Amino acid sequence: MGEFEVHRVRFFGLVPAGVRCLACQPGGARLAVARTNGAVEVYNFAANYFQEKVIPGHETRSVEALCWTAGNRLFGAGLSGDITEYDLAQLCVARSVDGCGGPIWSMAVNSSGTQLAIGCEDGSVKLFQVVPGGIQFERNLDRRKGRILCLSWHPSDSHIAAGSIDILRVFDVSSGQTVQRIMVNYHVQKVKRECIVWSIAFLSSGTVVTSDSFGRVQFWDWEQGTLLESHTVSTSAVLSLAVSEKEDSIIVGTSTGATYQFQLLPVKIGSLEKRWVRTKPFQHHTHDVRAVAHSSTALISGGLDAQLVIRPLMEKVQKKGYDAVLRKFTFPHRRLVSCARKARLLLFQFSQHLELWRLGSTEETGKDGEVLPLCRMPEHLVQLKSKGPEHIYCSCVSPCGSWITYSTASRFHLYRLRYEGNSVSIKKVPKMPKLLLPAYQLQFSSDSSSLFVASAQGSVHVLQLLEPGGCKLLHTLRPPSGSSEAVYLLALSTDGHWLAAVSGDWVIHVYNLKCFKHHCTVPTYNCAVTALAIHPVTNNLVIAYSDQQLFEFSIPEKQYTAWSRTVQKCGLHKVWLERDSPITHITFNPKNPSHILLHDTYMFCVLDKSLPLPDNSALLMNQSTLKQLPETARQRQLHAFKICKKFQPLLFADLLDENCLVVVERPVMDFKTQLPLPIQKKKFGT
Amino acid sequence: MAALCESFTLCGLGPSSGVGLGGGLLALEPGPDPDHVLLTDRGRTATLFKVSDQKPLGCWSVKHGQMITCPVVCNFETHEYIAVHDDKVLRIWKEKDINLDKVFKATLSAEVYRIHSLPSGGPVVLFRGGGVRTLDVLLEAPQQEIENVISDEVIKWSEAFMEGQQPVLTFATEKDGDFFVYVQKLKTNSLHRFKLEQQEFSKPSSFTAYLKNQIITLLCLCSNDCVYKVLIPLQQNTEEEEQILSRSRLLTLSVSGSVLKGTSVVVLDKDHIAVLGSLTASGEESKECLTIWNTKFQTLQTSKELPLGTSGQLWCYEEKFFFTHGKVLTVIMYKCETSSLAAAVGKLKDSQTPDVSAFVNWNTLGDEELVVSFQSQQSVDLKSESKMTLRSKRNSVDEVQPNDLSVGQLLLNLKDASTTAFEGELRQWMSKAQTPDLQATIGCVVTALVNRCRTNPKYYPRSFLLQIVQTRDLSYSLCPDLMVFALERKDVRLLQTCLQRFPDIPDEITYACLKLFLSISEAYLQGADVNLDSVICYIDMEFNNKEVKTEVVENGFSTELEQDIWGTEYTKETHLTNDGELCPVGPQKAALLNSVLRSAYTETFLLPHLKNLPAQQAVLFLRYLFYLYVKCSEKINTALPGTNSPSINQIIDWMCLVLDAHFTVMVMLPEAKALLSNLHKFVRAQVRLYSELNKIEGSLRELQRLNHQKDSQTYSIEVLEII
Repeated sequence: MGEFEVHRVRFFGLVPAGVRCLACQPGGARLAVARTNGAVEVYNFAANYFQEKVIPGHETRSVEALCWTAGNRLFGAGLSGDITEYDLAQLCVARSVDGCGGPIWSMAVNSSGTQLAIGCEDGSVKLFQVVPGGIQFERNLDRRKGRILCLSWHPSDSHIAAGSIDILRVFDVSSGQTVQRIMVNYHVQKVKRECIVWSIAFLSSGTVVTSDSFGRVQFWDWEQGTLLESHTVSTSAVLSLAVSEKEDSIIVGTSTGATYQFQLLPVKIGSLEKRWVRTKPFQHHTHDVRAVAHSSTALISGGLDAQLVIRPLMEKVQKKGYDAVLRKFTFPHRRLVSCARKARLLLFQFSQHLELWRLGSTEETGKDGEVLPLCRMPEHLVQLKSKGPEHIYCSCVSPCGSWITYSTASRFHLYRLRYEGNSVSIKKVPKMPKLLLPAYQLQFSSDSSSLFVASAQGSVHVLQLLEPGGCKLLHTLRPPSGSSEAVYLLALSTDGHWLAAVSGDWVIHVYNLKCFKHHCTVPTYNCAVTALAIHPVTNNLVIAYSDQQLFEFSIPEKQYTAWSRTVQKCGLHKVWLERDSPITHITFNPKNPSHILLHDTYMFCVLDKSLPLPDNSALLMNQSTLKQLPETARQRQLHAFKICKKFQPLLFADLLDENCLVVVERPVMDFKTQLPLPIQKKKFGT
Repeated sequence: MAALCESFTLCGLGPSSGVGLGGGLLALEPGPDPDHVLLTDRGRTATLFKVSDQKPLGCWSVKHGQMITCPVVCNFETHEYIAVHDDKVLRIWKEKDINLDKVFKATLSAEVYRIHSLPSGGPVVLFRGGGVRTLDVLLEAPQQEIENVISDEVIKWSEAFMEGQQPVLTFATEKDGDFFVYVQKLKTNSLHRFKLEQQEFSKPSSFTAYLKNQIITLLCLCSNDCVYKVLIPLQQNTEEEEQILSRSRLLTLSVSGSVLKGTSVVVLDKDHIAVLGSLTASGEESKECLTIWNTKFQTLQTSKELPLGTSGQLWCYEEKFFFTHGKVLTVIMYKCETSSLAAAVGKLKDSQTPDVSAFVNWNTLGDEELVVSFQSQQSVDLKSESKMTLRSKRNSVDEVQPNDLSVGQLLLNLKDASTTAFEGELRQWMSKAQTPDLQATIGCVVTALVNRCRTNPKYYPRSFLLQIVQTRDLSYSLCPDLMVFALERKDVRLLQTCLQRFPDIPDEITYACLKLFLSISEAYLQGADVNLDSVICYIDMEFNNKEVKTEVVENGFSTELEQDIWGTEYTKETHLTNDGELCPVGPQKAALLNSVLRSAYTETFLLPHLKNLPAQQAVLFLRYLFYLYVKCSEKINTALPGTNSPSINQIIDWMCLVLDAHFTVMVMLPEAKALLSNLHKFVRAQVRLYSELNKIEGSLRELQRLNHQKDSQTYSIEVLEII
């Protein structure tokens, strides 16, 4: 097919934020994740664990606990002392209520999802009623000194167990009184350190499970106040704990990065007496495992190393499929990099600033695998800091490189850049049109004359860019039937004729930009769209779904293309379908219309539509095999998927021109060195 | 683990093969020599077999019309054979006799049930009426009158034991569904009758018994497919009326849904029994099986199907099972090893620490009147009641039935009883003790025993105390006098067991034990009965025994300094191990010291005591610790082999303690100098090794980092070919 000059970029200094807490939606359809920077993400289990929604963080809004309540509403609480409800359609904070107890360390929801209990710094446990349109303070429970670090409701909603420092307490919900207090370090001799109860769970049998800073997982009889079982799993703290819905399995996470599963097993086969047994240890993390969750089929853990690990329980998985794969997510399932092809610029999006880089260049050519000498080094042109505490939702650089735009929750900025010799001047565009914010995706047209802003309720604003530095709102596109969900992906045709927009309900609307009319809707497919793009020549819309399916939809003909039908008929290769990370970007080779370039975190692929599709018996990743074959033999082995796994983890890949590629990598070790050191374990000596 | 080994046929039992004549076997008895058995069939013949050769050595028959009614036994002392035919006619002959008509004959006045032959006690004859005579007594006057003891009860089973020098015969009888057990001591001619606790639906169908620690343990296989255990105390002093023996379930003969209908049971060792019976799974045809069960873990260890059917009888001599299988007499050998949980689950490791669990219901122990604070055996429900009700119960103790005496009451009653009566009563009481707070009660019993020993210096029930400590989960605080007393008596075995079993020994006592162990001469310990489990794997016993006499002066260590406090001359034993390291103490002493090393202590409380240890003993102890430390370091896992051996951390902690306590003295002592310098060298070598290892680890990590850095340039332009 040819040789590419690959610009291998590793200077994107992204440090993903650690996972702070996890919450499984009752029924187990979604997982909410809060990160240490206050961002909240929602992963959809049914859509192959796709990171469906992201609500960027906020400097002052740390999240210590997340709860799903009735009606699939998501609440978070944190050290700011506020209880926050998230709007999952508009991807923003819906409302915030002050808990009035100082920083909130913990929050738990009752089994029916109608009441929230929060544990505060001042030692109080407060109950809130979940009402339509918000939450309402109900009452305080018996207050004692000492922050409440963890809370758990009894499944019957009659009692609440609360973990604090050195102690755990059980409250009667109806009377509000403390009915039991248990000193957790009573059994430890020579205690000088305090014992922090990091996590607690109240089982329906009346057993309270705690995990503490001494590395123990303990089972208590709350009525007697006695210790039933104690398992020391670690020499360092056990930070998190989650119980399966059936209460027969527990996962705990420790500060050494190990997670352990406990299972309630009969003492012997057929016996009625059961005991908790530590069964499976896992070491997927290198740092503290601050949060764990237990779905019906998987153990989920999130650590300060920013990894979200979904470890399926093989005994619960019926067949080998998407569910049976161990998944590790470190990077977001969306693009944080945009590229100005013509100007050869890269724009990197961080949580609170943007960086604009110019790529280097070379004058040499070489053979496969050679590193070419640089005649110009890459250049850091601009660093743009976002003002205020809000984190950036999205950003974009125009293809010509003279416009930069980004949006936060409440503000939208457009900058005009001028390049004079080696210096860059940047000017903010004043008097921006008032738009419905935030913007979820920004996209410039290929001639850099207009900007498309993906907005709430399925709408897309079209702004016209004016020289020397201005803009005006041209039109707002809305889906004909209306939508409550925000648009999260946009695709523009190179000729500026078509625009495809995907909203949170996974419907793809195609608009005609010549007359600003709704053109058609792509037939709905029951999975999340992870990337889409319009072919510059044929105006075919290529769509990648989270179940790894690929579709090609002809916009002018309003139907799937013949190639797409062939793909559906033959089916994609098994190995392709079993990949665990979604396609995050699609682009095309302007000189070769049959080539589609796609990439996910672990590979990029040039899909050559002119070649036959591989069947399951063929080797999907055959590049290295092909290289060893003589020219004549290669022809028989060629198939459509040309996959390269050389660059990992891959955050972005794009074609600059027909034989020039840019790849942005972020080696895991690079950002791990920026994390605090994990607990070291000495291997030798006593 | 127990296992069945190879099997072979001893002889055919069909009419053609000569033995049995189709009538089946009456019994199998051990022959005059090892590897010999005596077969008696249900007819006229008795045959002597050499088992390993599968060969008959002799065969004797009575005349036509006569019938052998009692299994032929061998008098082990005279090598004569004894048989009874037609219930009353006794015959005695020697191996060379051929015709039984011509041998000694005596007609008795009553019908004989069975003759038991004891290896050192001579044959004992049990009559159908329950009368018992030794053969000697009987032969003096064959026609003497035999009393009828059991009136219309029928003897179901009998067995004889030697208890000390005295034969003891026990037999079980049945009458109208009630079962009785009789124990007859021949020397004292005392007969005791017990009634077996009756339970519905579970009639005993087969019995077996063994004697241990003056208690007969009777196992009965019952019709509800369970094996029950009944403890019968031998020492009965009170001629009381009939006592009821309670039984406890030992084992349920069921495995994953299938039930074993047992016909015979034999005891193999303390944890294993063998049961012959038919295994019935629901919906399947039953299969006859020979099975070995572990009673400790309640598991079926092994089984063998016997498709041709059996007669239901099972005998076991010299690690061999004998039973009829189809038309032949089959012999199967078996192996039985001590069972541990690790072995049962297939993970026998060298160093495992037995869990010492001692849970005491403290509520039952009042602050005062310890002796009377125990609740009666029957009041199980008391456990859940409060302390207040307990006190009221205490006041009403007089109303309790005399049979259900509380231990406190019992001890008060026995205050003035004779020592044997006292001990017997306690044994008997303990054999049926099923109280919920057993530990507290046993603690009381031990205290009472110790008090009695104090008042009567000649009395020392060593085995009884040992038995209690071994079998019951006692703790130091329950019987604080016991260890002090054992220290006074210098009973090292008892101290060792206490150190192993008690979780809460005060540091002072631990120190006292250590001092005693170090001071006792090896010569004294040679004869002492010490549990050597903890040392057997790393001290070579064979070698020791040869080397015991050698006197070696090593490392400037003079034997004269080792004069022990009892004035007997100390012979220093050296124990060469494989690589030439010498164990400074004998295996017995090492085992005792190990038990100290493994016991719990608090440094701050132990240290002041340890300072009092005489310097020579401290040096010896340190030498032994050093030896252990070197032994530990030989292995990659830094652990000593064997069970109950101390861990490396325990060894190092003790080493530090001894050095802390005696450092100034050690520095001054010339004989400690070499030891200290050796120790220093060894430790320094180890520290160096570990620091080198840590350095290597660091270097490897750095290499890994460099390797990573090599391709971590932040920007490059590369050529990539895609085909």
